Amino acid sequence: MARAVVELVGCSRDYGGVRAVAGLDLAVHEGELLSLLGPSGCGKTTTLNLIAGFVPPTAGRVLIDGQDVTERPAHQRGLGVVFQSYALFPHLSVFENVAFGLRERRIGRAEIERRVGAALALVRLHTHAGRRPAQLSGGMQQRVALARALVYEPRVLLLDEPLAALDRKLREEMRAELREIQRSVGITTIFVTHDQAEALGLSDRIAVMHDGRIEQLGSPRDVYERPATRFVAEFIGASTVVRGRAVAGDHLELPGGRRIRVRADAELRVGEEIELTIRPERIRLAGPADDNVVEGTVVGVVYQGLQTEVTVELAGGQRLLVFVPEPAPTALAPDQPLGLHLPPDAFVRLLPGRRA
Amino acid sequence: MLRLAVGLLVAFMTLPTVVVIAVSVNPTAILSFPPSGVSLRWYANVVTYPQFQRAMWNSLVVTAGAVALAMPIGTAAALALGRGRLRGREVWAMLLLSPLVVPGVAAGLGFLILGAALGLLRSRSVLIAAHVALVLPFVVRSVWVSVRNLDPTLERAAASLGATPWRTFRRVTLPLLRPGLLAALLFAVIVSLNEFVVSLFISTRLTEILPVAMFTYVVNYTDPTIAALSTLFILGTFVVVWLADRFLDLGGVFLHHR
Repeated sequence: MARAVVELVGCSRDYGGVRAVAGLDLAVHEGELLSLLGPSGCGKTTTLNLIAGFVPPTAGRVLIDGQDVTERPAHQRGLGVVFQSYALFPHLSVFENVAFGLRERRIGRAEIERRVGAALALVRLHTHAGRRPAQLSGGMQQRVALARALVYEPRVLLLDEPLAALDRKLREEMRAELREIQRSVGITTIFVTHDQAEALGLSDRIAVMHDGRIEQLGSPRDVYERPATRFVAEFIGASTVVRGRAVAGDHLELPGGRRIRVRADAELRVGEEIELTIRPERIRLAGPADDNVVEGTVVGVVYQGLQTEVTVELAGGQRLLVFVPEPAPTALAPDQPLGLHLPPDAFVRLLPGRRA
Repeated sequence: MLRLAVGLLVAFMTLPTVVVIAVSVNPTAILSFPPSGVSLRWYANVVTYPQFQRAMWNSLVVTAGAVALAMPIGTAAALALGRGRLRGREVWAMLLLSPLVVPGVAAGLGFLILGAALGLLRSRSVLIAAHVALVLPFVVRSVWVSVRNLDPTLERAAASLGATPWRTFRRVTLPLLRPGLLAALLFAVIVSLNEFVVSLFISTRLTEILPVAMFTYVVNYTDPTIAALSTLFILGTFVVVWLADRFLDLGGVFLHHR
């Protein structure tokens, strides 16, 4: 296993009486890009602030390269931070913004020239060194902020929703560029975002956060395909939660009496009430040869171009969301009966969620 | 119609100034309007009258001293009000930001009694202290506006880049407060130079500042010298404000809007 560069050990942070981060344990490995993903108020930005040293933890320790830096102020941690608002210094030129950290490190003039030049070249802004931040577009400001945070070769790069302020097209471009720069520099990176697509597309690992805790930590594929809790399943991508009672090691009885075959990670205990989740793109319209088919009635149809999102209600009231790839094999309209094939291995069993 | 109303308003506001300037060039030794001719003899009198020379020097010393003290104190107060975790911030803000609601006479009397008790009335220190108190609300208010416009993430950014709190203050906070600081400086200078009521109570013949000296002069003489001095005063103030607005970025606090 790779070496931990940043470690949080039992970190909590309260604001007033509100617990923003609750007993967090997290290890970020050398060279990886780890995303902290969650809705606003989940504690992801507070976690970043704890690592950066902007706020001290109420309890717990912060380690960088195995050294306890809990008591060390932000300016002695030597990390690179890119803020959501970029926080470029408006009174300084692009060059001086990028040079800021080098000047604080008392680096010689020629060396500053060289390194700022290289950093600006990395983000393709070497021709804009003399401009003021206000004269640049949002995307350019974002790249200046990145160059400023990378130029002194920090141990860790912290990114706080760096793409949130950009419009969609630019955001997608910057996402690719960011990933490429991160890979080429090889810097350990922590990326805070509420955007699941961003997290899935950029990360080596994702920590899904909820109510100040990490709900699940794993690779993007893991988190998407094997969500551990109901919260993760619902927050990342679309999903349907199916509730029922186990009637055999691999059979579930839905409230209407319909039995379906499921293949969860472990055998089901007969009689147990459980929750499973299934992704809408895994459910298919049933063909004549399919087994594990349920019948239902279409109650909602939303055309999305690439696919049509169909909500189907089963006899017992259970609803299933299904993504039917376009062009759809049959016309889809409300009140129409529909047979659905549920691949048994598409089900993922949910742990009893924290949201009781 | 609107133009006429605005014109009348402007005329009403500038009329006293115009009268003073007109009277100052009156060749005869009475304060009469309109002037009977044009002469600069009263201007010559202003420059050569020893008590005015002394008062001018006193004004410079008192204003310079008061501003030098009020600027750092006011800036610190504005920072504390604008962002510090100050207990009872509302009350402090009210006390520091409202230009003195105490009547000048009462404040003057207070400083007089205090100055007498401390035996300081012969020196300019009481005047300086009083002027600090009088200009402080203007300084705090001007700087506070800039403090509130300051994005706190910029200071976090500086810290993340390795700047100590002091370096962050020098390289980020202070430069960004510049417009507020310059406006505060101008306000402080103008308010202090023009202060009269409080200063009257705590001035002696040797320490009196220019406005007090002008008042004393009017009490004793009625020639247009005082109009000439007033004209110079007005011109001086206007030139300072104009230059400041022209060459310093004050965000249009004083003259034009942007």
